Amino acid sequence: MLPLSTWAVSEPVLKKATLMPLWTPQAQFAGYYVALDKGIYARYGIDLKILNAGPGHDPVRALKDGSADFAILWLTTAIQQRSAGTDLVNLAQIIQRSSMMLISRKSSGIRTVSDMNGKKVGLWGGDLSIPPHALFIKYGIKVREVPQNATVNLFLRGGIDVTSAMWYNEYHTIINSGLDPEELNVFSMNELGMNFPEDGIYAMEKTLHNDPALAGAFVKASLDGWRYAFEHPEEALDIVIRRMREAKIPANRIHQKWMLDRMRDMIMPGTSLGAPGILKEKDYEAVCSSLLKAGLIRSCPYYDAFSRRSDAGEK
Amino acid sequence: MPGKNSIVTKLVLVITLCSTLIFAVTLGYNYYRSRVVLENELEANARNLAMSLVYHVETELIGVAKVTEGVANSLESGQYTEKELLSLIRTTVEKNPDIYGSTVAFEPYAFSPSIRLFAPYFYRDKGKIAFSRLEDSYQYVPYLYWDWYQIPRELGKTEWSEPYFDEGAGNTVMSTCSVPFYGEKNGTRILKGIVTADVSLDSLTQMISSVKILKSGYAALLSRNGMLLAHPLKDAVMNETFFSIAEARNDASLRELGKKMVSGESGFILYNSLMGFRSWMYYAPVRSTGWTLAVVFPEAELLENVRCLSMTMAAMGFAGLLLLVATVVYVASAIIKPLRLLAAATDDIASGNFDVELPAVRSKDEVGVLTHDFQVMKTSLKEYIKNLTETTAAKERIQSELRMATEIQASLLPRLFPAFPDRPEFDIYASMDPAKEVGGDFYDFFFIDDTNLCFLIADVSDKGVPAALYMMVAKTLLKSEGQRLGEPDQILSCVNNILASDNDSTMFATVFCAILDTVTGVVRFANAGHNAPVIMDSQGIRYLTLKPGFVLGPMPGIVYKAERLTLKAGDTLFLYTDGVTEAQNMEQELYGEERLLNALKQAPKEDVTEMIHYIRSVVTLHTNGASQSDDITMLALKYRKEGT
Repeated sequence: MLPLSTWAVSEPVLKKATLMPLWTPQAQFAGYYVALDKGIYARYGIDLKILNAGPGHDPVRALKDGSADFAILWLTTAIQQRSAGTDLVNLAQIIQRSSMMLISRKSSGIRTVSDMNGKKVGLWGGDLSIPPHALFIKYGIKVREVPQNATVNLFLRGGIDVTSAMWYNEYHTIINSGLDPEELNVFSMNELGMNFPEDGIYAMEKTLHNDPALAGAFVKASLDGWRYAFEHPEEALDIVIRRMREAKIPANRIHQKWMLDRMRDMIMPGTSLGAPGILKEKDYEAVCSSLLKAGLIRSCPYYDAFSRRSDAGEK
Repeated sequence: MPGKNSIVTKLVLVITLCSTLIFAVTLGYNYYRSRVVLENELEANARNLAMSLVYHVETELIGVAKVTEGVANSLESGQYTEKELLSLIRTTVEKNPDIYGSTVAFEPYAFSPSIRLFAPYFYRDKGKIAFSRLEDSYQYVPYLYWDWYQIPRELGKTEWSEPYFDEGAGNTVMSTCSVPFYGEKNGTRILKGIVTADVSLDSLTQMISSVKILKSGYAALLSRNGMLLAHPLKDAVMNETFFSIAEARNDASLRELGKKMVSGESGFILYNSLMGFRSWMYYAPVRSTGWTLAVVFPEAELLENVRCLSMTMAAMGFAGLLLLVATVVYVASAIIKPLRLLAAATDDIASGNFDVELPAVRSKDEVGVLTHDFQVMKTSLKEYIKNLTETTAAKERIQSELRMATEIQASLLPRLFPAFPDRPEFDIYASMDPAKEVGGDFYDFFFIDDTNLCFLIADVSDKGVPAALYMMVAKTLLKSEGQRLGEPDQILSCVNNILASDNDSTMFATVFCAILDTVTGVVRFANAGHNAPVIMDSQGIRYLTLKPGFVLGPMPGIVYKAERLTLKAGDTLFLYTDGVTEAQNMEQELYGEERLLNALKQAPKEDVTEMIHYIRSVVTLHTNGASQSDDITMLALKYRKEGT
C-alpha cells in the first residue's frame, strides 16, 4: 500500500469531515486550527470544518447526533460515556496528563487538600468536576460546592475559597489579574495522584468502521498540525488569535502564548511518557479505577474496544 | 595663526573652558530647578485632573448604586406583583439615564413557588426601553452562574462586576451593579434575589478617552483585575490586563506598578508608559468599583518648554562663547602682536644681526618698556662687540708677537743635542719650559778655549716679557764676558757691574756659573744667589754646599768667590732653577728639594737626557694638572774623562 499522503495528493476529491473542539477557539486547540490553516488536513485528503464550540455546544451530543465526525473530549468524559453505552472510541490521546488544579490564596490558610473541608470550592459543571470530586472522595472531605462559571472573578473577589483552574488557562488569568504565584497555593491534580489525561480525539465507532482511512488521516494531520504549531509558535498564535477574533472572543496574545507553551508541556512530554497521541493502557486503567472508586462509572470498558488507535484500520 | 604654545591659545582655552563650565553649571541648574518646579506643578495638575475624572465617574456610579440599593430596599420592604415589579424596573431604567438596563433576578422559586427562575430585564435599545427575560436570553448558562449574580450572592453585599460583554442580554460592554435583597422565612433572613443596574461603559470610556493631555498624553481606566477599559491602545481594551502587558514586555516593574494600582493606592510616578514613552502618571482609585483611573503626561512633551528654553539658552550661550573667544583672540592678539614682532626682531639679534630695526614703541605699557630696553641692549651690545673685536685683534697681534718672542728666546738657548758630539769627555743636556710665552730662566754652555767648557744656569726675577728682555741682556753679557774673562767669579762680578750700572727697574738674576776643565775634571764655579746644584759621584747624591753670593743686577761692586771641585769619570752635576723645587700641585704643596734629591736617586744615571726627562715627568706628576707658575729649567753635565 502506498503511504497515505502520496495517495492523498493523487486524489483530487477531498473527503468532507467535521470536528467539534471542547471549547471556544484558543491555543488549547492550536494544532487543529493550524493544521486546517496550513492545509495539512487537505494534504491528507480531508476537507475539514471546525464547528463552533463552547457554551451550548456539547461535543458528545454532536458525536451522537452525527453533526460532528470527530470531537475533542476529556478521557474521563469519554470513559463515562462509553461505560454508559455510547459507542465512542479514542482515536488519539492528545494531552497526556491532567492540567487541572485547585487554587487557594495563601492568606486563606488552605495549605492542604484536607484544609478544603467545609470551604467554598468553585467547581465547573459536568465532566470537569470529576477529577476534583474524585480527589475529595480520596481525601474523604466534604466541601461547599459553588458552581463556577467561565471567569475567575468569584475567586478574585473572595466569593469562594478555592477555585478550579486549568494550568494552561485560569491559573495564568489569575496571575494576570494581579495575584503573584507566591500568593497562591496550587493543588495540581497531576501531583495529587489524579493524573487524568485530558483532551483526546474521539469518533463514534460507526464513523471509524465506515472509513478507517479518514480517521487515520485525521489523527495524523492533527498531530502534524500540533508539531507545526510547536515549531512555529508565533504563526500558530496568529492563527489562533484570528479564530478568536472571528468568534468575537477577547484575545490576549500573551495568554494564548502561555497556553500554547503549556500544551507543548503536556502533548510533547519527555520520552518516558511515550509518543504523542498514544493512550497508554496504564493511564487508562488508572482513570477507570478512580472513576469506579468514586462511583462515577459502574464498570470499566475494555481498553482494546475503547482505544482504537488511528491506525487500527490498517492493522 | 597662534601655535599650540601661544599665549593667545592658552588664554582662549582657559577663558573658554571656564566660561563653558560656568555656563553649563548655570544651565544645568536652571534646567533642574525648572524641572522640579514643573514637576511639582504637574503633580498638582495631574492630581486635580485625575480627581475630577474620578469624581465624574464616581458620581455616575454612586448614583446608579443608590438607585439599585433603593430598589432592593423597596423589594425587601414590600410584596410586589409581577406587574408592579415590571413597572418598578421599567421606571428605574426610564428615570435614570445612566442606567443601561436593570433586572431583578430571583433565586430559584423565590418569586413564585411555581416558577424556578425569574429575571425580567429592561434595557435601552435604540432610544427605547426594551424588555427581555434573562431566564430565557441566557441560553446556555443560567443567570444564576453569572458573576453579576454569583459574586454579590456569595459576598452578601453590593458589588460592581468586572466589565464584560453581555452577549444575549445587553449586547454591550457593561459593568453591573448588583445588590442582594433578602426576605424572611421562619424568622431567618434568606436571600431572595439580586437587583442589578447595568452601566454601559461606552459613555464612561468615551469621556475618559476624550481627555487630551498635551499632545500625546491620555487618561486611562483599569478594572479591578487590571483590565484596560479605556486606553489609547484600542486593541488591548477589554483584551489585555496591565499584568499581561507587563508579562508580554517582560517588565517586572510594570507588574509591580499594576499591583499598586489595583490595590486601591494612589500615586504619582515617572514610568515607561504602555504607549512606550517616559511619562508621569497620577493614578487614583475609583472607590465604588475598585477601578483605577490614571492620567498620563509624556515627559518629553511636558519638558518641551523647559527643553526649548534650555536649548535657546544653550544657543545663546554658545553664541556668547563664540563672541567671547573672538574678543579674547582679538584683544590678546593686539597685546601679543608687538611682543611677537619684538620676538621676531630679537631672533635676528640673537643670530648676530644688530642692525635689525626693532618695532616702533607706540605705547608705554610693559611691551613698550621691553622694546625700549631691547633697543638699549642692542646698542650696548653692538658697541661692546665692536670694542671686543678691536681688543681681540690687538690681543692677537700681541700673541703673534709673543709667539715670535718665544721662538727667538728658544733659539737663543743651545738646543742641539748632543751639543758637542766630538767631545767624548762629557755629556751635557739642558731644557727650559717657560711658564708663560717667554721666560726669565736660561742656561748656556760654550767653550772658552779647547779644554774649558763654561756652563751656567740663571733665573731672572719676575716673569714674562720684562724678564725675557733682562734674560737676553744677562745671557748675552754672560757669554761675551765668559769668553773674555774665563773665570766664573770674574765673569759674575763683571756682568753684575754692567747690569747694575743701568738698572732702573731693579730687576735681578740668580746665576750659577761653572767652568769645566775637560782634561782634569776640575770645575771652577761661582754662585750669584742661585740654588745649590746636586752632585752625583761615588760618595752619593747630594746638594753642593756653596758660599753665599749676591744676585746679579741690583747693586754694583759685588765680589763673587770662586770655588772648585773635581769630577771623576761618571760624576754628574745637576743644575736647576727654583721652578723645579717650587712646582706646586693643586694643594699648593711644593715639590721640594728632598723630593728632587729622591727623584734623582731613582732617575736613570747614565744618560743625562733621560735623567732630565725623568725629572721633568716626575715634577709634572707632582703638579698633577696645576698650572705652571714658574719657568722650569734644568741642566745636567756628566763627566766621562776620555780623550787626551
